[in-house]
Amino acid sequence: MKIEVLGTGCAKCKALYENTKRALEESGKSAEVAKVEDIPSIMKYGVMSTPALVIDGQVKFSGKVASVTEIMGMLS
Amino acid sequence: MLKSFADYIVFTLLRLLPGSRGGEALDFFIYDTLKIFLLLTTIIFVVAIIRSSFPPEKTKRMLSHKREYVGNVLAALLGIVTPFCSCSAVPLFIGFVESGVPLGVTFSFLISSPMVNEVALIMLWGVFGWKIALIYIGTGLLVAIVAGISIGKLKMEKYVQDYVWEMQVGSAEIKIMTLREKLDYAREYTLALLKKIWPYVVVGVGLGAFIHGYVPADFLARWAGRDNFFAVPVAVALGVPLYSNAAGVIPIVHALMEKGMAIGTVLAFMMSVTALSLPEAIILSNVLKKRLLATFFGIVATAIIIVGYLFNAIL
Repeated sequence: MKIEVLGTGCAKCKALYENTKRALEESGKSAEVAKVEDIPSIMKYGVMSTPALVIDGQVKFSGKVASVTEIMGMLS
Repeated sequence: MLKSFADYIVFTLLRLLPGSRGGEALDFFIYDTLKIFLLLTTIIFVVAIIRSSFPPEKTKRMLSHKREYVGNVLAALLGIVTPFCSCSAVPLFIGFVESGVPLGVTFSFLISSPMVNEVALIMLWGVFGWKIALIYIGTGLLVAIVAGISIGKLKMEKYVQDYVWEMQVGSAEIKIMTLREKLDYAREYTLALLKKIWPYVVVGVGLGAFIHGYVPADFLARWAGRDNFFAVPVAVALGVPLYSNAAGVIPIVHALMEKGMAIGTVLAFMMSVTALSLPEAIILSNVLKKRLLATFFGIVATAIIIVGYLFNAIL
């Protein structure tokens, strides 16, 4: 599984990155979490409000910081 | 009810004298803080539910290939309901321009979205009353529409950073939220926003209460009254660095108005605080060349100054 956190480096994007890592730890899954900060890569996904979460190339949501439990639901 | 509650605490429980400076200032502080937090909580929640139905992807689709005028009006109105955070100004701008939203229409959105936002409106309503809040919405939309049309007429597409036009934009599918998800979103949104702005509200209302109680009336009439020609431009210039603290600035400005600051100057100052911000300019310089960025700031500042003079003259 490949997870990407899209965001241009604002406080919310960091919060989402942390939540994602915590969700992985708590669910005991292992996956590579990448922070995507460059605009062209973000735009490739058509995301217009950051932060956004992409799992295996699919945009799960954008424009909010999802909670750890919410992300755990998306991981399974 | 809130007023008698505040009176009860200050004059009965704390036994401060009605009419005393300290007593009046504290009474004012408690009443205003309670009222504003009540308004903030309910209205932010309602606005968040409306917003969950207008993701930026949907707004973009509605504005794509719209003509001038109609497009500018629609963009300014959508700016009220589409969630916007200056940290996503760049992806938003690229997404709009790439999908064929005209440049001027995009600017109408970019101006209206931060300026006509729910926090500023609630604070204006709670502190100044609904008339001023309505005037602010109306003139705010007008500034966004007129400034967007002007930028569109200037044909400044070549002053958008070149890479923007070559960008490959994917299309994310829009997820339609269920009512349950909307309520969850609204709850989280309200809590997060309140958590962010409450210190500003408390400090702002506190300073406002202090000015209300201790600064002599007409203190500002000479400098910020309607007869001072420079008051409006100076107020606009002061608003630029005070970015996004509308929640804290409004109660202070209200107290200043009581001490003689003219209403047009107050409106111009508020608009400058919300619409013109240094951090947003820095973020936008990623997609705009200097000339377009300066034109954008210049046109919006001019429009706001005109609004200021106009309301100083007619109200």
